[in-house]
Amino acid sequence: MRNRPTILLATAGLVGAAALAACTPGSNADTSGTTPTGQVSTDASKLGDVTLTVWDQEVRGGQAAQIEELNKEFQAKYPNIKLKRVTRSFDDLKTTLKLALSGNTPPDVFEANNGRPDMGSFVQAGQLLALDKYATAYGWDKRYPESVRKYSSYTPDGKTFGSGNLYGLPQVGEVVGIYANTDILKKAGVNEVPTTWSDFESSLGAIKSAGEQPLVLGNLDKWPAIHVFGTVQAQNAKPDAIRTLGFGQKGGTWKTPENAKAAQTLVDWVDKGYFAKDVNGLGYDPAWQAFSKGKGAYLIAGTWLQADLGKAMGDKVTFTLPPAASGTPVATGGTGLPWAVSSKSKHPDAAAAYIDFITSKDAMGVLAKNDNLPIADTADQTAGDALGKDVFAAFGTAVKDDSLVPYLDYATPTMADTLGASLQDLLAKKATPDKFLDTVEKDYSGFVSSNG
Amino acid sequence: MATPSGPPGEPRRIAWLYLLPAFLVYAAFLLYPLGRAVQISFYDWNGNTLATWAGLSNYADVVTDPALRASFGHALVLMLFYAVLPTVIGLGLAAILNRAKVRGLAFFRTVVFLPQVVAMVVIAVAWRRMYAPDGTVNDLLGAIGLDSLTRGWLGDYTAALPAVGFIGTWFEIGLVTVLLLAGMGRIPGELYEAARLDGAGPFREFFAVTLPSVRGEISVALTLTVIAALRTFDLVYVTTRGGPGTSTSVPSFEVYNRAFQQGRVGSAAAIAVVLTLIIFAISFGITRIAERDDR
Repeated sequence: MRNRPTILLATAGLVGAAALAACTPGSNADTSGTTPTGQVSTDASKLGDVTLTVWDQEVRGGQAAQIEELNKEFQAKYPNIKLKRVTRSFDDLKTTLKLALSGNTPPDVFEANNGRPDMGSFVQAGQLLALDKYATAYGWDKRYPESVRKYSSYTPDGKTFGSGNLYGLPQVGEVVGIYANTDILKKAGVNEVPTTWSDFESSLGAIKSAGEQPLVLGNLDKWPAIHVFGTVQAQNAKPDAIRTLGFGQKGGTWKTPENAKAAQTLVDWVDKGYFAKDVNGLGYDPAWQAFSKGKGAYLIAGTWLQADLGKAMGDKVTFTLPPAASGTPVATGGTGLPWAVSSKSKHPDAAAAYIDFITSKDAMGVLAKNDNLPIADTADQTAGDALGKDVFAAFGTAVKDDSLVPYLDYATPTMADTLGASLQDLLAKKATPDKFLDTVEKDYSGFVSSNG
Repeated sequence: MATPSGPPGEPRRIAWLYLLPAFLVYAAFLLYPLGRAVQISFYDWNGNTLATWAGLSNYADVVTDPALRASFGHALVLMLFYAVLPTVIGLGLAAILNRAKVRGLAFFRTVVFLPQVVAMVVIAVAWRRMYAPDGTVNDLLGAIGLDSLTRGWLGDYTAALPAVGFIGTWFEIGLVTVLLLAGMGRIPGELYEAARLDGAGPFREFFAVTLPSVRGEISVALTLTVIAALRTFDLVYVTTRGGPGTSTSVPSFEVYNRAFQQGRVGSAAAIAVVLTLIIFAISFGITRIAERDDR
């Protein structure tokens, strides 16, 4: 006991010394040189013997199948480039990539999440190579429409999302649309899947009167309602206004009559019983699984459910873009994780060649064959089943018409939490549409003003 | 440097040398990270680019941000469910098991202890299904005619936190019961005999003999369960992600969310430091009370 103060003192001293000796967090980051200078070489076979370290999260089902097939073809075509592949789950990749990139031997090629906390902060730290030169050399700028390239574009300071340099290229696309159970629609006297927003809304009433659940939503996980709100918002607000909010760019506001109407629509749907009573208590997976077993008429969800729903429901299910109030349909959507190149990579030409190979037209065929939604040349691909054809056609239309709007939670690093929690409040009627918009606006404007 | 007046044996100071290897390991893996966390908590840092000095603003946030304050409040509510309830129930269970001298005691002990063996994530996944709108809990309530109570438990603003807490109660009862049973097994039979001769009934016996004798075990049980309550992460992460709204968010979940999802490492570190201090203070308090009573 006598020695306790001495020990405490020694400990405190040591901790203090350690803290003082350590420098400011992040001071070892090298923020120089992110744009390659000089000529780029697009002939991978002439690059000599090179080893590329690749980090990806293509570990499940069709994702794993496509990348294994493409890697094998790449190795066969360019035996001089050796691939060292490291696989991680999505969550593991997200948590380890940040450390790896700030170290001295980062992977050459990796998949980086589009959002600000990931790709945005990597760009800010000068850890990513701007790919614009390669985009011109390989013609990516022609094959990938601007609305898709936006999702992996940042200004060099990493502050503006959705414009500036290109820092990555995705393989697959995503779009949120409406899955419809045609059996239930017919039972309710709705013989055609609605093609206008007003038809869609009136069909909800008809389905309810027929004693079926019009809309399936499981919002326990917080984020699913973001996709439903985004879909409704896209029918009310202008696409450019949504892009400004979604990419967290300056000059937008949530406090508009259009956004208020979108929020009010969700509340109306709750009041009219179009959602089940306990949407906030039901998980996302149980919800779509119930839909696949014939419970509920519509499921507003992304193309990622296509393979599972197609298998379970066969020709009883269709997928359409949300019908527009007028003009072309606008849909929430985005890309799979973009493939990016480290600014410290010693073989940027080989890295770009690899990315070009796995996103080439042939690669898109391999992706489609393995139940993925290819992001480019989508219309040229043939899908396996009827639902797959719907999905490919829907995504092709959305990209062609430039009518993709970003996920709203891209806006700020905290938006996923803010929007998720406040949508739960809105659906449970703990917050009015007005209060809901106030909360979201506070997050958006607070970020925009501090982002400069 | 042994002095004639000192105690016999090797000089005291050499003891520090013996402690050194263990201390180095301790310092490298515990004290250094702790010091680093404290340091980071004074910065605004996204985990990647150069941090900017933030002074005490991250700590000010912990106090002033209503959502963050609420998350500490939720942790206190969870303490009730993780520590107080299991201790009370565990005391009753252990006293009954100990007194009844049931046959197959080992079997019951194992059954009660079983939840502790299962990984928390597995427990959380299982309970999440049971709490679903069409899950087992609602089915049971419906079967006994309590349809009015059925709800989507984890999506209900008033029920979600108690529902999460109850999982903790269910989980910790086993540990507490087994701990207390071991303590009660050590109480000499003569004490009970003497109490009975003095005319004590089962309840009197419990309060006069059993309870004071297991004070040490109670303090151990409380310390363990209180710490478990305060650092709850996996349960919330799997079941509700802090929802509905923010009604079940807890400090540990905020630490993870801010550090790994939102890229606000400084703020996360500040919450973690505050949480560490609270855990330290509470467990220190509990052991102090138990020690003082032992004398």
